[in-house]
Amino acid sequence: MNPFSSRPLAEIPDNGALGVVVPHEAAWEHVTGQALYTDDLPYRSANVLYAWPLQVFAAHARIDSLDATTARTMPGVIRVLSAEDVPGINDYGDIGDETLFPDVIQYHGQPVAWVLAESLEEARLASDAIEVSYTELPSIITIQDAIEAEAFQGPRAILQRGDADTALANAPHRISGGIDIQGQEHFYLETQASFAMIDESGQVFIQSSTQAPSHTQEVAARVLGISSSQVTVQCLRMGGGFGGKETNANAFASVAALGAVLTGRPVSVRLNRTQDLTMTGKRGGFHATWEAGLDDEGHILAYKAVLTADGGFSVDLSPAVVSRALCHVDNAYYLPNVQVTGQIARTNKTSHTAFRGFGAPAGMIVTEDLLGQASTKLGIDEEEIRRRNFYAPGQSTPYGQEVSQAKRMDDIWDTLKKTSDYENRLAQVAEFNAEHQHVKRGLAITPVKFGVSFNKPVLNQAGALVLIYRDGSVLINHGGTEMGQGLHTKMLQVAATTLGVPLRRVRLAPTRTDKVPNTSATSASTGSDLNGGAVKNACEMILDRLAPVAAGMLGVHSNDVRITGDIVSGLGVEKTVSWTELIETAYLQRVSLSAAGYFRTDGIHFNLSTFKGNPFKYFSRGAAVAEVEVDGYTGAYTTRQVDLLHDVGSSLSPLIDLGQIEGAFVQGAGWLTQEDLRWDTSDGPDRGKLLTQAASTYKLPSFSELPQVFNVDLYVHPTDDGSVYGSKAVGEPPLMLAIAVREALRVTAAAFGEPGVQVELPSPATPEAVYWALEKARRPATAPAPVAE
Amino acid sequence: MTETANQAGTGAAATALSVNGSHMSVDGVAPHTTTLQWLRSNGITGPKEGCAEGECGACAVMVSRPDGERGTRWTSINSCLVPAAALAGQEIYTAEGLASSDALHPVQQEMATRGGSQCGYCTPGFISSMAAEYYREDRSGCSCGTGGCGSSPTTSDIVSPAHAEPSGNALPWPLVVDDAAERLETWLPPRTEGDSAAKIQPATRYEETSTHEPEIGPNGFDLHALSGNLCRCTGYRPIRDAAFALADVDPADPIAQRRERPAPVSSPLRIESPGGTFVRPANLEEALGLLTGTPQAVLLAGSTDWGVELTIKHRRAPLTIAIDQLAELRQFHVTDDHLEIGAALTLSEVERLLDGSVPLLAHLFPLFASRLIRNAATIGGNLGTGSPIGDIAPALLALDAELVLSSPRGDRTISLDDYFTGYRTSVRAEDELIRAVRIPTPLAPLSRFYKVAKRKYDDISSVAVAIAATVTDGGIEHIRIGVGGAAATTLRAKNTEAALLNKPWTAGTFEAAASIMLAEGTPMSDHRASAAYRSATLAQSIRRFYAEATS
Repeated sequence: MNPFSSRPLAEIPDNGALGVVVPHEAAWEHVTGQALYTDDLPYRSANVLYAWPLQVFAAHARIDSLDATTARTMPGVIRVLSAEDVPGINDYGDIGDETLFPDVIQYHGQPVAWVLAESLEEARLASDAIEVSYTELPSIITIQDAIEAEAFQGPRAILQRGDADTALANAPHRISGGIDIQGQEHFYLETQASFAMIDESGQVFIQSSTQAPSHTQEVAARVLGISSSQVTVQCLRMGGGFGGKETNANAFASVAALGAVLTGRPVSVRLNRTQDLTMTGKRGGFHATWEAGLDDEGHILAYKAVLTADGGFSVDLSPAVVSRALCHVDNAYYLPNVQVTGQIARTNKTSHTAFRGFGAPAGMIVTEDLLGQASTKLGIDEEEIRRRNFYAPGQSTPYGQEVSQAKRMDDIWDTLKKTSDYENRLAQVAEFNAEHQHVKRGLAITPVKFGVSFNKPVLNQAGALVLIYRDGSVLINHGGTEMGQGLHTKMLQVAATTLGVPLRRVRLAPTRTDKVPNTSATSASTGSDLNGGAVKNACEMILDRLAPVAAGMLGVHSNDVRITGDIVSGLGVEKTVSWTELIETAYLQRVSLSAAGYFRTDGIHFNLSTFKGNPFKYFSRGAAVAEVEVDGYTGAYTTRQVDLLHDVGSSLSPLIDLGQIEGAFVQGAGWLTQEDLRWDTSDGPDRGKLLTQAASTYKLPSFSELPQVFNVDLYVHPTDDGSVYGSKAVGEPPLMLAIAVREALRVTAAAFGEPGVQVELPSPATPEAVYWALEKARRPATAPAPVAE
Repeated sequence: MTETANQAGTGAAATALSVNGSHMSVDGVAPHTTTLQWLRSNGITGPKEGCAEGECGACAVMVSRPDGERGTRWTSINSCLVPAAALAGQEIYTAEGLASSDALHPVQQEMATRGGSQCGYCTPGFISSMAAEYYREDRSGCSCGTGGCGSSPTTSDIVSPAHAEPSGNALPWPLVVDDAAERLETWLPPRTEGDSAAKIQPATRYEETSTHEPEIGPNGFDLHALSGNLCRCTGYRPIRDAAFALADVDPADPIAQRRERPAPVSSPLRIESPGGTFVRPANLEEALGLLTGTPQAVLLAGSTDWGVELTIKHRRAPLTIAIDQLAELRQFHVTDDHLEIGAALTLSEVERLLDGSVPLLAHLFPLFASRLIRNAATIGGNLGTGSPIGDIAPALLALDAELVLSSPRGDRTISLDDYFTGYRTSVRAEDELIRAVRIPTPLAPLSRFYKVAKRKYDDISSVAVAIAATVTDGGIEHIRIGVGGAAATTLRAKNTEAALLNKPWTAGTFEAAASIMLAEGTPMSDHRASAAYRSATLAQSIRRFYAEATS
């Protein structure tokens, strides 16, 4: 038996650096402006070239000619990159549908060439001087048009259990509906950035703001036609990712790398905000139609739906997004008879991609919309109808996975109802509404159950490198990237806890592909689970080697060695030695003080053709109560109070988890209410143009959207299995808590009308959307129809 | 520096400025180089570019601005908008300059320990805006009552009550690994012996208070100071808590002491570069002369509009004339029959000078862009750019305001109602500039400003409606309705005014007027709103005005 590594993964040691409130490991650098991001690096380097893209502003067009003769002669211009410069494969996708220097434009604003110049200003001016002519081709902009034209891409998925048609035919109540759920711009504050240079032996070093350094490395190597061993990718940190740097970064890293290889000089590719908004993929919209059968008590008996995702011009991550949407239509509810089809529309828009929640939010909204409608139709309270449909222990999901820890949902729900004073406030809201004509309030409660693990089993693996130096200091590296979510902080806590040393002994070095190879993207909320497992594994490998050394020093068996708080002790002996003494002794005895750790999530599998399996290691849960107030004159609203309770297992780092929950909630609320992506769908000259391509037109939540009262509690109950020290993933699940805001707006709009009035609310529920909804509720006969966009 | 350079020059004195206490120079810097680009290219990379149009605040820096006659007010502005040349002679602080060698600045300390940064990219900008508000001399207590109500919606237990909050003055960073340095442990909250169940559980629980203004902290911190700073990670709660936790300013703080001396005065200068010429004229006469000589010249005041032209539309001008510090454009007079507001006064300055005395503008200011923008944008600039939406114009139309236009031929005064001629066009001649805005007094006693937008603060209006009225027993004696967002220019809703004038104050009057308001202007559908919604909310503003004024 190995003294340290044979302990269970979820076993929580006392006296670790685990579960303590520590700020972000780089908070000091953040607040002093010292933290470096990729685009800060060119200013610390000499001889840098700056890149500017030539974007073609047509939704779909064939390039007839590209003439950079004049541009090449302009001041400061060093090189114009185009298709013929690519030594390897002119594509940055994995299946060949994403051309780096295209001859057919697939979306409005796609870049066809890049100018490298001594300054950004010179690169921009030269880009303007490139003469490009093209022939416009027919284009598809909306999902609806794509469905009509049967323009689909990637696989079609079908999730099926029982007999939905028969159950639907026999159900006492049948309802149906449809909803368009618009996408969302990531709007990471730091736009896409890559900085590439060539080292003395011709190898390529790319600093990139990427969530997936290994993938970026592979793509760049493919474009350059060289091996992965010749390309190193480093990510210092990102100024936000949210899924937007999972695949989006690869094209820009490849351009920077290509420029560096061809010129021998460092090349900076950094998108300005307009370029970022017009050139990078977003959360794609979904179009959903559904039918459901319910019994008199409101239990869902049959569930049929078709979910069509807007994939944009290429497949990208859309199949996985759709998989996750299908695996989350159930949310927290038992659906006995199910048939859900998922498909990907191909449109002439940027290639839509990962975004926090990854399809799950869309799947959940469809079902919450359904339950909201059912509540009105059946006259069952909104809270009650949800509660009645919760999974019971032993029940399984439509894809065949037994729902573990099912009772957590009930416990969270009941606890939150108490702490948020739900019942009393519901009565207060009704009282308020009876007294006010022009302003109404509404309260809603919604649950979240989110499966944790990559839907694609192969991605559930990670590596780490742990080095202990002679002075006892520890340096860790792992494959995960830091985008603000606090992964590095948690990894420091895992390493310090595992080794039994104070946090201050451990340092973390930036993510690099030459330290840890073949890493999965930091996404799907798996960063801490996977990399934490790998860091812990590496630490334990070293501890297993240190144990005999300590045993010799202390005169005990190596299984009886304990290390906590920098002190090495043995069971039953008084004598102790310090951590530094142990390390020095181990070094003198020629014991290896470094290890490459590895982790794979055991017990998960998924068959994509049958859509059955056990894709998730566990489920993360939460619930939200939101209260809003809506102004009847304009549809403008205020979020008066939000109460959240979210499952974090044991919580590796509570302050980090709190920040993730609050941040995800506000981001989700932004998506569902005010963030409004608009494309030109007309047949005019700007067809396909993103109309909201600036911070002035695409409005993120600001201070005014912070709920006036925002009570957030962690549901701290260590999980029994599956993740490091009993913790649970927290990156994505709380985003879907924001569905409570949408539901609250829906019931509030309905409150302007007679009781029982049915209200349909588009997404996002902008003030205008809420206005038309409440107008329809209060003046069903005379209200003008909302203007279709 | 102030005495010697009384004439335009390119000398080191005129182009010098202070950044984080160090001397730097903008000599030879092109007029299209923004302060942000210039700082970053000089290795000061704390300020970040998030949007390059003054919408996100990641680039915010603190500058010294005049505070009345004698003092200096630390003011946070968007460095992405202002040409570096315009800050010659000024003093700037970025996040890098606030920490001392052995301690974080209080603002930094609170932000760091409370989880106010996640990805950290927006953080330096937040630090700047928060520091400026921290140093605001009249920041004290909330405005709920004398000395404040003593309560606030602050988190009551970020960490469970058994443990001290991880604040205090000790510098906990950077993380250190050598045994000698124990500093990290000084802020780690004490641990309960061996009991993992007792580990700290953070939560946010708010003390509910019915009387408190949620946007003002018990320390007087006005959250609107941060309305121009966007954060995509935190959801803002920890940032609010950090802001509300700030103590009083240490009198020994040198940045605080700087407030007691006059703000720096930029010397007249001329900077020539291949990218164009930047001139800070000595007086209005020189400015008008330059404008007459170069019709393509750009007048620069707060640069909140021109900055966007530079960074987003890549416009360049052969000559940039800085008029932001011209004394002739910075006058504020109150006479028997009007108020005169200098065109180059920033909106924040106007807000302070008026101090609520024009209620319609007091309603408007918090809804106008963000504090970061109002700290730079001028009232003259807002009218000069002729935006059909610009929220000031509808309000000034309702106030019957006039503009004083200066040219080498002298001054002329025209009604704002006659000023706009079309989309971003006006009767202003090429050699004219707006010197001042006049608001006739006494003001109509009843006024409201309504703004419809996707976001409550810091958004561009879908429609804006300003209403000013005088009502007597006999009915509506005087009515002015200014409208933005409903046509190619801001306009007065004259048909609606006619439907209300001399009519009795009844619901019926306003219902009839609302149906006329529905047809005012020629609203269009765009990404902000549909034409139908614009018209509907125009009409609703009339109903709302009646309902609010009646109750």
